[in-house]
Amino acid sequence: MSTRAPTQRVRLALVHLALIAYTLIAVLPVLVVVMNSFKTRRAIFNAPLEPPLPSTASLAGYRTVITQGDFLLYFQNSLVVTIGSLFFVLLFGAMAAFALSEYRFRLNTFLGLFLALGIMVPIRLGTVAILQMMVSAGLVNTLTALVLVYTAQGLPLAVFILSEFMRGVSDDLKNAGRIDGLSEYRIFFVLVLPLVRPALATVAVFTMIPIWNDLWFPLILAPGDATKTVTLGAQIFLGQFVTNWEAVLSALSLAILPILVLYLLFSRQLIRGITAGAVK
Amino acid sequence: MHSLKLSRIVKTFGPVEVLKGVDLEVETGEFVVFVGPSGCGKSTLMRIIVGLETQTSGTVEIGGRNVDATVPAKRGIAMVFQSYALYPHLTVAGNMTLALKEDGVPRPEREARVEKAAGLLQLSPLLKRRPAELSGGQRQRVAIGRAIVREPTLFLFDEPLSNLDAALRVATRLEIAKLHRTLNATMIYVTHDQIEAMTLADRIVVLNGGTVQQVGRPIDLYNRPDNLFVAGFIGSPKMNFLKGRFADEAGAATLGVRPEHLKVDPAGAWAGTVRHAEHLGSDTYLYVVLEDGQEVTVRIPEETPIGVDDTIQLSPLPGRLHRFDAEGLALRAA
Repeated sequence: MSTRAPTQRVRLALVHLALIAYTLIAVLPVLVVVMNSFKTRRAIFNAPLEPPLPSTASLAGYRTVITQGDFLLYFQNSLVVTIGSLFFVLLFGAMAAFALSEYRFRLNTFLGLFLALGIMVPIRLGTVAILQMMVSAGLVNTLTALVLVYTAQGLPLAVFILSEFMRGVSDDLKNAGRIDGLSEYRIFFVLVLPLVRPALATVAVFTMIPIWNDLWFPLILAPGDATKTVTLGAQIFLGQFVTNWEAVLSALSLAILPILVLYLLFSRQLIRGITAGAVK
Repeated sequence: MHSLKLSRIVKTFGPVEVLKGVDLEVETGEFVVFVGPSGCGKSTLMRIIVGLETQTSGTVEIGGRNVDATVPAKRGIAMVFQSYALYPHLTVAGNMTLALKEDGVPRPEREARVEKAAGLLQLSPLLKRRPAELSGGQRQRVAIGRAIVREPTLFLFDEPLSNLDAALRVATRLEIAKLHRTLNATMIYVTHDQIEAMTLADRIVVLNGGTVQQVGRPIDLYNRPDNLFVAGFIGSPKMNFLKGRFADEAGAATLGVRPEHLKVDPAGAWAGTVRHAEHLGSDTYLYVVLEDGQEVTVRIPEETPIGVDDTIQLSPLPGRLHRFDAEGLALRAA
C-alpha cells in the first residue's frame, strides 16, 4: 500500500470522490424524507434541511399514520403483490429463458426477440386495455389483478437477463444429468437454477423495486380500501387543499423498510452466488 | 459379443454432413479410441452413441440391443466429461450415487458400490467433500467414479485429460489404463491427442471429415497406414512426405518416411543442408532441406554434433518406406 505511486493515489482519490458524490446525491433525498418525518409541520417548512432538534421533534406524523387508514393492511397488500409477482416473474422468466437457451426449435430467435420487445414498450401504454380486461374478468379491486400485471411487466427483462446467463451454464453438466436419468425439470430446478442464482438475485432486485413503488396500477386497478398498497395508501394524506406532510413523510419512511430488508436479502444471495464459485 | 455396433451412421446439421456413414463394431472388454483433428466428427459420434444427439440415419446397438429410441439414462452407458461436469451442490458421494438413486437401486447396494469405486480411485477420504473443495485431478477421479458405480455396458470418455496439466495427465492416463484392466469393461475414448490414443487403445479409430479413415491396433496404424491422412496423423514428429524424384524412384505419387526411419549416413543417397536443429537430450530433431528444395525432419535418438548449415547425407531404413498413389491411398507390395 505504501509503495503506491502518487498518480495512482490521485486516481484512487478521484474515483472515491465520484462515488461519494453519487452516494450523497442518491441518499440525501431519502435522508431528508426520513429526517423530516420526525419533525413538526412548522419545522418541516421553516428549516427542511435541519435534523430534528428537541424543540422541533415530533412523532405526530407516525401517530396519524397508525391511527388513520389501515396501514398494516396496506403493507400486507404491498408485500403480497411484490412477493407474488416476484415469484412468478422468476419462475416463468427462468423457465422461458431455459427453453430459449437450451432447446433448438423453430422460431427460437423470433420468440426471444418477441419477448425482449416488452423491455422497450412500456406496459402502461396498454392501461386502458388492461383495465377493460380486468373488468371483464371481474378482477378489479383484487390483488390478483396487480400480480398478473406486474408479472407481465417483469417477464421481458427477466427472460432477457436469465437466458444470457443460462447460456453460460456448462452443457456437460446438463448432459451429465441427462445420462444420470434426471428429467428436464430436475435438470432445470436442481442443476441450472442454483448456478444462475446471482442472475436471479439481480432480476429480483430490478423487478421488485418498481413494483413496490408503483402508484399507477394500484390506483387504476385496485383503489379499493381492502386492496390499497402502501404507495397508494400514503396518498390519503395528500389533499387537494391541505396536505398532511408529516404523515406523508412518515408513511413513505415506513414504506422504505420492507423493501430495504428484501433488497439486503437478495444482495447477500447475489454475493454468495458469486463467491460460491463455478465447477471448474 | 459386441458391446457396441454402429451401422451406417449419418448426421447432418442443415446442409452440413458431419458424419458420412460410420460403421463400427466394438467387442466386449475392448478399449477403443476415437482420434482425429477438431471438427472431424468424433465428438458428434460419441454424442450419438450416448443419445444426446439423434443420428439422421443409421442404427446404434449397445449390448446387442437397438437403442435408437432409448433415452441416455437407459442405454447402459456412463460418460466422463472433459469439464468433469460434477454436480456442484452435491458431495462426492452424492455425485456418485445420483444416477443409482434415480434408477431405484436400494441404499445398501448404493453404498457398497460407492465404497468399491472410492477404494479403486483413492477417493474414500474425500467422499464428504464438495467438488469446489477438490483439485482438478481429484475432480476427474470423482467423474470417473461416478461412471464406475453405474456398472455400465459401455464407458465413454470425452477428452477426459484435456483440462489437466502435463504431469497429472500422464498419471491419470496410467490410472485409466489400469482401470480398464481391473474392470475389464468396454471403453470408448475420444481424444485429439495421439499419444493418449497410442498408449491406451486396443484399437484406434481414426476419423477425418466425417468418415472413418482406418481402424486398427495402434502399432498397425503406425506401421501400415492406409492413407496419407493416417500416415500424417499418427506418429510424432509427423511423417515426411516426398514427391518428385524420390517418389518416382519408388514408383509412387508420394513417398512417406518417418523421421525416426531416416539415418545420417555418409554413404546415403539423399543429400541436404540442415536448416534447424532441436536438441532435446534424448533425441535430436534435424530439419533438413534436400537438394531439390523439399524439407524432411530427421529424428536421431541421441545427441549429435551436427548443427545448422551442415551438409549431411541421409539414407532411409530399408523396408520403412511408405508408398502412396495419387489419391493418397497406400500402395502395398503385392
